[in-house]
Amino acid sequence: MLDELLTRPQFSIPQEEKEALLLPRLGELVEHHRDACAGYRRILDALPDGPGRGLSDLPYLPVSMFKSHLLQSIPDDEVFKVMTSSGTTGQAVSRVVLDRTTADLQARALAAVMTTVLGPRRLPMLIVDTPNVVRDRRTFSARGAGVLGMLSFGRHHTYVLDDDMAIDVGALERFAERFSGQPVLVFGFTFMVWKYFHQQIQRRGLDVDLSGAVLIHSGGWKKLQDEAVGNAEFRAGLERSTGLRRIHNFYGMVEQVGGVFLEGPDGYLHPPNFSDVIIRDPVTWAEAPDGQVGVIEVLSTLPRSYPGHVLLTEDLGVVHGAGSPVTGWAGKKLEVIGRIPRAELRGCSDTHAYASAS
Amino acid sequence: MTDESTLRKAFVDSLDIAPDTDWESLSYRGIEEWDSVAHMRLIAELEDVFDIMIETEDVIDMNSYVVARKLLGKYGIDFA
Repeated sequence: MLDELLTRPQFSIPQEEKEALLLPRLGELVEHHRDACAGYRRILDALPDGPGRGLSDLPYLPVSMFKSHLLQSIPDDEVFKVMTSSGTTGQAVSRVVLDRTTADLQARALAAVMTTVLGPRRLPMLIVDTPNVVRDRRTFSARGAGVLGMLSFGRHHTYVLDDDMAIDVGALERFAERFSGQPVLVFGFTFMVWKYFHQQIQRRGLDVDLSGAVLIHSGGWKKLQDEAVGNAEFRAGLERSTGLRRIHNFYGMVEQVGGVFLEGPDGYLHPPNFSDVIIRDPVTWAEAPDGQVGVIEVLSTLPRSYPGHVLLTEDLGVVHGAGSPVTGWAGKKLEVIGRIPRAELRGCSDTHAYASAS
Repeated sequence: MTDESTLRKAFVDSLDIAPDTDWESLSYRGIEEWDSVAHMRLIAELEDVFDIMIETEDVIDMNSYVVARKLLGKYGIDFA
């Protein structure tokens, strides 16, 4: 039996009702993981007992814990797969342990989220990447895993870039001809969609009409911020070059697969029914009021095989109140600002460090 | 009624498995050959062979040979 949070239309539950539904489920997960995961239990034992009245009182783990520790709430013989995060070169990667039940829940949850904007039928799918990104399954990159996770929402998968990141014009034309007038799905990573699709279409003066398409993109804005491209420029640019108007960014992480936040027509990211978000003040760690920038904490009822139900991310964000169920996009409205800046000594500050040390 | 050998051939071709596989126990990720990449190949093959369009939900549900045989009934493909 699937939980009503999964079966009810996603993004449809008013915030107050949603919190009332999430609290007992997440409270039960805290107890489940306390019993089943020794590492998690030791962490909870070290924390003071809080009053525990609301979602913000639930104990949260920093996501970095999954880099330093293997935290699992299932016996070894029930391990179905271990997922790892991308991680920049030289950095430790997260390890997330799944059993069949949790992996199955994640797949269903992701489908529930995506079919909200795609419908139940799989659409012809254009992938803004090279076919080689999913070719060798042994050397999968995080990019490959991301593409792979999206493939089940499309059919006639057509990769639009070659290995040199040049648009395969022939493939694009054949796709456009075959599915002209039909709704199609376009998927890609935010940076690649902008740099290798949008900008190249403009530069080469290609005639591309995707006005009937839905674009789903993810991966963060860091590389585009360097070029001063934010969400508004991104949306306006793609409409100019391709006619795309139905554009949905999503925010998710390997530590909470399935519980992706999806961008609504208001331009904000909305948590699905079974997820929520809390912004924490980085000085006091108390819940920050709406409109204030802080560290993003994500909550999800999906993780049973590992204690990833309440996580403090390494991202900064702001909540701009809750959406209205009338619009079909209830739940909190999240804006992701970017990564928490790392304290690193380099450039001019080296001088200062040197001076202090001497 | 459709001959089940058509279904078995689709599995053999897309998953690259032996024709004398133990069909009743064949499950997604139960064998090395049936991973997520192969799964999408299998779905495309089934759509081709039976000339149907499988919905997202059924792509996720189709996690064993037995389930596949049953789910295809929804698309008017019944096996003798």
